[in-house]
Amino acid sequence: MYNNSKAVAMANLWVAFAAFFVAIVLGLYQVVNRSGRFPQIESHEMYFASVSTHGVLMGFVLTTFFIMGFGYYTANATLKRPLWNRGLAWVAFTVALGGTVLAAIPLLTGHASVLYTFYPPLKAHPAFYIGATLLVVGSWIWCLEMIMSTVTWKRDNPGQVVPLAMYGTTANAIMWLWTSAGVAIEMLFQLIPWSLGLMDTIDPGLARTLFSWTLHAIVYFWLFPAYIAMYTILPKVAGGRLFSDEMARIAFIMLLVISVPIGFHHLYMDPQQSAGFKFLHMLGTFGVAIPTLLTGFTVLASLEGAGRLRGGKGLFGWIGALNWKEPMVVAGMLALFMLIAGGWGGMINASYQMNTLVHNTQWVTGHFHLIFGGTTVIMYLATAYYLWPKLTGRRIASRSMAVMQLWLWAIGMLILTMPWHVLGLLGQPRRISSTPYDSPLVAQWDPHELAMIAGGAVLLFSALLFVLNLLLSHASKTLDRVSDDDWAVAVHPPLSVPRSMNGFALWNGIVAVWMVVAYGIPIVQLLILDAPGSMPWGY
Amino acid sequence: MHVDPLEKKWMYVVGFITVVMVGSMTYAAIKMNLHPPSNVEAIDPKTLHLSGEFTEDKLGATTNEDGSITVRMVAARYSFYPQMIEVPVDTPVTFRITSPDVLHGVHVPFTNMSTMVVPGYVSEVTTTFLKEGEALFLCNEYCGLGHDYMWSKLKVVPKG
Repeated sequence: MYNNSKAVAMANLWVAFAAFFVAIVLGLYQVVNRSGRFPQIESHEMYFASVSTHGVLMGFVLTTFFIMGFGYYTANATLKRPLWNRGLAWVAFTVALGGTVLAAIPLLTGHASVLYTFYPPLKAHPAFYIGATLLVVGSWIWCLEMIMSTVTWKRDNPGQVVPLAMYGTTANAIMWLWTSAGVAIEMLFQLIPWSLGLMDTIDPGLARTLFSWTLHAIVYFWLFPAYIAMYTILPKVAGGRLFSDEMARIAFIMLLVISVPIGFHHLYMDPQQSAGFKFLHMLGTFGVAIPTLLTGFTVLASLEGAGRLRGGKGLFGWIGALNWKEPMVVAGMLALFMLIAGGWGGMINASYQMNTLVHNTQWVTGHFHLIFGGTTVIMYLATAYYLWPKLTGRRIASRSMAVMQLWLWAIGMLILTMPWHVLGLLGQPRRISSTPYDSPLVAQWDPHELAMIAGGAVLLFSALLFVLNLLLSHASKTLDRVSDDDWAVAVHPPLSVPRSMNGFALWNGIVAVWMVVAYGIPIVQLLILDAPGSMPWGY
Repeated sequence: MHVDPLEKKWMYVVGFITVVMVGSMTYAAIKMNLHPPSNVEAIDPKTLHLSGEFTEDKLGATTNEDGSITVRMVAARYSFYPQMIEVPVDTPVTFRITSPDVLHGVHVPFTNMSTMVVPGYVSEVTTTFLKEGEALFLCNEYCGLGHDYMWSKLKVVPKG
């Protein structure tokens, strides 16, 4: 039997969801704290330690470990052969987990309250930076595993079309290597030596520029598995076919190529970069909206096909005809809804001029909770329900609880994030633990804060149901048959695809050139300008 | 490669949306001169309080020859200095802000005054306030445990 990665996949997935649960509890504490209604629990030290931990767990731990676990299963199940090197997969897991624990200690003890963006010159304990770097290094080993699995399969199956789910997973691995280089350079050449006292000063403007290199495409690193599930699992589970295999490949390629060289939309308000390069990055940022818009079409079309096959009639009848008792179908539809809402918000953030009105307000925080916590994470949860039987050989403990949990997740996320966007439009700044401002705005903010507490509570309840269901599923009834062939079939299954849609050589070349154009001069300029650096500061 | 005709139509719609959005931003940048703050200028955070443009006696609002206003401020834990600024309404105001300590960000709600303040660099933003009254400068980037308390007052007063 070729599936030799079940244990390592499961290990990664459990680390992901354990981190997820801890982070949710912290999230509820934060929203309650910030409302100002419970002065007994208010503490700046605890709040900012909590936010830092919450951000690292959700943004780096949940995501990386989920992606690694899902990737191992995909490699086995689509390529129908053992992992390229299973020992290395365990090395990746150990390094990543070791790094996570190393970073968690200062985080949880208040020695790394620098938030998940860790902008200098605020300085955390060096163990935080080293731990975070190890987590990334572990993920690089996973990338190697994914790439080599595909490369060796292609060598042994010349001329064959790489299965779509593995093509997407490999695209994600390559994109992650390109984009994580930015934060790796920041860590290795700035933050780690500086926090260890080996360097007296560093340039915070350069640090922000390097981090921006990673900051956009990392969200696509997170989003890719959600899209992979939408393209290659959801259509079949819904009872239909994938509308277009080729368009899915094109979407993956566009995400790989465009999402890295566009980080300056995170730096629109920064003084160390100039208008010209900000404008250039804006153009690319609007380009990267295109694969998402294409994905929306293809996935909706696939679902419509499934609905009509089930008897749905009329313009919208196919929606009701879908199997709403199936967790993946529920998650897919809710994810698409939240993608539309969050996506339009994202376009405002990406706007060269309008960003001024929302930058570093709570609009941004509301946006990424909706698009990440909503669209991406709900697909992670549904994919977990899909993977568990395949990895354990047992049925999900309660399918109906899974469906309810997913609905609650989306509803809770909407209750949480809609007022959050409004708070941003009403001028509330980001990253505050309370609102001691001498302004009538504070009273205007208050009802929205309260609504957000309700959202947070619903999300915590939903997360509880999720973890409970998965735990119970380890002891549920075994299944007679577990199939590794539950991948969606395209309406027109490709018998062959152009080399450029079966590999990545051309796209790597384009990324390399585009990165030199988009980041070359901006980084070199900072090295030449040599702005006086900053010593470490505590918080 | 086979592309469904409906999908082809959608691709044209997507292209159209993209062109309209990018076109409007390009127009606003070139014709209306609307850009995010983009002055690149270095300064030494360790000595800016001792000599030069940002010593304490030079902070605040000054009127330029053409009637526009230049406001020099320092963002430092945990306030913006001077803590109260008065500027006339309907007049171009250029803010020059820098930090001697850590990262800050500042925005005035309901206006387009917004910028990051990065130690080692001088941020420059030019805007015109259209409404008289009292407003707040709010720090919007985490700068330490006192970040919540970092704010200052802006008064927009009648011209002349």
